[in-house]
Amino acid sequence: MSSSRRKFLKTAITGGIAASLPLSAFKLLSPAEVQASIGDDKVRWAFLIDIQKCVGCGFCVKACKLENEVPYDLPVSRTWVERYVVTKDGKSHIDSPEAGRDGYTSAKVRGDDIPPEEITKAFFVPKLCNQCEKPACVQVCPVGATYQTLDGVVLVDRKWCIGCGYCIMACPYGVRFFHPVYKTAEKCTFCYHRITKGLKSACVQACPFGARQLGNLKDHDDPVTHTIMTQRVGVLKAEYGTKPQAYYIGLDERVR
Amino acid sequence: MKNHAWRPLAVVIGAVALLLLVRANVVPSDFGVNGENFTYGFHRKGSIDDWKAVQIKYKGREYCRECHEEKVTENESSPHKVIECENCHGPAIEHPDNPEKLVVDRSRGLCLRCHAFLPYPQSHRSEMPAIDPDEHNPDQACADCHNPHNPNLEAM
Ligand code: HEC
Ligand code: HEC
Ligand code: HEC
Ligand code: HEC
Repeated sequence: MSSSRRKFLKTAITGGIAASLPLSAFKLLSPAEVQASIGDDKVRWAFLIDIQKCVGCGFCVKACKLENEVPYDLPVSRTWVERYVVTKDGKSHIDSPEAGRDGYTSAKVRGDDIPPEEITKAFFVPKLCNQCEKPACVQVCPVGATYQTLDGVVLVDRKWCIGCGYCIMACPYGVRFFHPVYKTAEKCTFCYHRITKGLKSACVQACPFGARQLGNLKDHDDPVTHTIMTQRVGVLKAEYGTKPQAYYIGLDERVR
Repeated sequence: MKNHAWRPLAVVIGAVALLLLVRANVVPSDFGVNGENFTYGFHRKGSIDDWKAVQIKYKGREYCRECHEEKVTENESSPHKVIECENCHGPAIEHPDNPEKLVVDRSRGLCLRCHAFLPYPQSHRSEMPAIDPDEHNPDQACADCHNPHNPNLEAM
């Protein structure tokens, strides 16, 4: 009696497991499915930044934070504006108070007065995610929570991210951070919700001087693409081999 | 050849089946290579829709025209036409339903973002009409004298 009960239980459990195993659990990834389309592969987003045009008003940072629900008063931001003041003694004085959110309203850099006659060059550099063609941050994710879309934007899956922080360490540009509310990795999305609806990203729209522009590299009539192809543009940290897709006009060797 | 071989094997098969079962239930069905390749495109496809569903908050100048026509036309013919209304007034979101009113910021800091003099020759900043905030009517709001929507010096 007792042995037949055990047998019954055994069969019931094995049968139960076997029956509830869907066939799809055994499915392997087929390369044919790879092309299953998302996004639009006629689009490859790229960013163009004209350093000379930036006046350091910081409206881009303000717009980004409010558009993308990045906590306004915490020291985190998807984009920021750096100030470089180079003096005759060869020193670079660099700052980015509050990520440049409230603009640059004083000539003091980190509390230091720099006499105008000492300045050899000074300018503002907007920074954001470079949406690399070979994103190091994506490669290191242990759970597949960050990825590159077909139109070239690197996104984070907030529902899947475990918040381990590997990607934050892996990004050579320091554009990723830990979202204090969602407790996941956070980064610039080029305002994916806007650009996929034909709008400009919040920072591009906010910039009064056209210092920030977004373009489609696969469209050769796009003015941004035209500039990138025909003008002298530079990228940050090319030596890392990540193929960054944020191009700068008027880049200086001191900007890293 | 009976129990000592089959029992562990059954355990192994059971463990693998359990693993696959758990995987099938926990991993969303839309997980797969949805990008260009496995290295960069292995993810949950629904995540893209999550990002597309983010609410648009900055509506742009044309949205304001419908109700603040006067302000928009005034602004369009001014040196400030390059500045989006929402830069100074904050995102519209669902204004005028929510929020009913947008921020009216009369602080000097708002204008000084662009107009505080900074001696930076390699930047467009040095070409802006500039003032020294400590010298130029320091205790008054800029909007007391200048019209923020059309700061025409001749019209003053
Ligand atoms: C559908 C109509 C509508 C649109 C579109 C609209 N507004 Fe308004 N706005 C209103 C109403 C109604 C009020 C409340 C007026 C009041 O109570 O004096 C208001 C109030 C404001 C105020 C505050 C005025 C005050 O005296 O405090 C500002 C600033 C403002 N709107 C800016 C904007 C901007 C900038 C836009 C474009 C992004 C915009 N509005 C779009 C209807 C609109
Ligand atoms: C440079 C910053 C700036 C920009 C750009 C700007 N505003 Fe204003 N706006 C202000 C300030 C400052 C006030 C407060 C004026 C005052 O108190 O005299 C104001 C006031 C207002 C008011 C309500 C008060 C009033 O005078 O009736 C409305 C409505 C308004 N703005 C709409 C707009 C719209 C629409 C645009 C875009 C065309 C716009 N603003 C662009 C700075 C700006
Ligand atoms: C985003 C940067 C920006 C902000 C913020 C800004 N302005 Fe301006 N302002 C400009 C530009 C650009 C011009 C035109 C410069 C030119 O014509 O070359 C200008 C011109 C002016 C002028 C000179 C107009 C003339 O006829 O020469 C005054 C005065 C002025 N702004 C006042 C203000 C006031 C007051 C505020 C705050 C409510 C303000 N500005 C905020 C960018 C800004
Ligand atoms: C008491 C009135 C008053 C206040 C307050 C005031 N201004 Fe002016 N502003 C003037 C007058 C008058 C002129 C034109 C004569 C001149 O250049 O001084 C002027 C000129 C300017 C110019 C043009 C300078 C140039 O050389 O082209 C700018 C820019 C400007 N103001 C910005 C501001 C800003 C920004 C604020 C607030 C921080 C402000 N003003 C506050 C009265 C005022």
